[in-house]
Amino acid sequence: MQKPVTLTTTRKNFHLPVDKILPFLIPIIVILFWQVSSTLGWLSSSVLPSPMAVLQDGIKLTVSGELPKNLSISLYRATVGLLIGGGIGFVLGFINGMSNTFRLLFDSSIQMFRNIPHLALIPLIILWLGINESAKISLVAIGTMFPVYINTFHGIRSVDPDLIEMGKSYQLTKSQMFFKIIFPAALPQILVGIRYALGVMWTTLIVAETISASSGIGYMANNAEDFMDMETVVLCIVVYAVLGKISDLVAKSFESLLLDWQHTGRSNA
Amino acid sequence: MNNSMITIKNVNKIYDNTTALHDVSLDIKQGEFIALVGMSGGGKSTLLRLIAGLEQPTSGSVTINDSSTDSLMRVMFQEDRLLPWMSVLDNLSFGSKDKNTKAHARQLLDLVELGDYANHFPNQLSGGQKQRVALARALMTDPKILLLDEPLGALDALTRRKMQDLILDICQKQNLTTILVTHDVEEAARMADRIVVMKNSTNSYEETCPKNRNVGQIGLVADRVLGEILEEPTLEKQTA
Repeated sequence: MQKPVTLTTTRKNFHLPVDKILPFLIPIIVILFWQVSSTLGWLSSSVLPSPMAVLQDGIKLTVSGELPKNLSISLYRATVGLLIGGGIGFVLGFINGMSNTFRLLFDSSIQMFRNIPHLALIPLIILWLGINESAKISLVAIGTMFPVYINTFHGIRSVDPDLIEMGKSYQLTKSQMFFKIIFPAALPQILVGIRYALGVMWTTLIVAETISASSGIGYMANNAEDFMDMETVVLCIVVYAVLGKISDLVAKSFESLLLDWQHTGRSNA
Repeated sequence: MNNSMITIKNVNKIYDNTTALHDVSLDIKQGEFIALVGMSGGGKSTLLRLIAGLEQPTSGSVTINDSSTDSLMRVMFQEDRLLPWMSVLDNLSFGSKDKNTKAHARQLLDLVELGDYANHFPNQLSGGQKQRVALARALMTDPKILLLDEPLGALDALTRRKMQDLILDICQKQNLTTILVTHDVEEAARMADRIVVMKNSTNSYEETCPKNRNVGQIGLVADRVLGEILEEPTLEKQTA
């Protein structure tokens, strides 16, 4: 009698982390295409140097210390400008969001000022503050102030009135009401403002450093342009792109840290 | 001896040119369960909000005859109003200043059969579970008066029935003075000691419910109350 044979198939669970790979797919394809085009001579180095040439230039400038020095100066200007502008924007948004009197007093003027393109203020800022650090930091501060202001203001104004009423029925003090209800409810919107401000921060800094600076990544790019140094020009653009991406990642990780409750769902129950 | 807990005297409430309450007077005894029923716009929720102190009457007075604690009175709303960024346990303890708050919160979660959900966020709970958390939160400071503003309105029939039993059980055990606003006259007839019909912005009719009532008595009370609200003859009158 034949024994029954049991066939067992062991299937290897080979799982590609598609979610992690996909975001990098397009940049990788673009860089590869760019490199191939340069190597095959389709793309002249006077139009766009190859990625390898840009990388070599980056290594050379890093070793000489020029890139780290300019990078740290740009980071300093960006961070201080964001802290000042974001701080002022948050305080104004908080005050106007919480008090009708302050809203009536300030909001209309702030909205008027907001509609002036902040880069149009460069000549005025240079005339007032010269071309020193404070001029560039001021420009970044003005640029980043409004996104944080608008989002803080709207975040606070759009807190669910039912939650406020619940807080009142529990006799919460004003500070308890703010820290336990209003601020956490407005936080998602405030973080959107900060994320948007990060984008404005780099744009403003590039312009400010290109027009009036003797240091920073923008200055490096401007200086390289004078010497027809295409590799450094492209390198500076890449550095700005990387810095922008890193800022966005930092903002995203803050969001996931502070708003982890948004990512829970009934499926976890 | 006067054991009245809440005294409402000649209360009027006018919003712009609209009268929400007109000359309402009501006396609610300590430990009594009152249901306010009536059509929409009859003034039920407005009266509850005046008692809760969320609004002030245009004229007249609402007096709470006990000022022993700050947290004498708690409101449970139709929406759960839980803070979505806080865990269930934190939602219960956020308004309390007591050091033993967390332990008390866990006891109450056990009471509403949600002991295992202490660390869940509200968006991980069903509608009925959220309302049970809201009930537990309302009981956190051991209130003497519980105000229920259509808290079961959005629940399915089965969950609603379970919640009715739970609320009744807690109110009886803790001897809470309870005011329930509801559209459902059967719910009112099942739960309340006294039903007050709010019609045309005033309390137009009252019905005292029998103790230990059976299903038939609940039906009769509900029918009489519904007849008063709709101004239609009741089953009793029709059969007579």
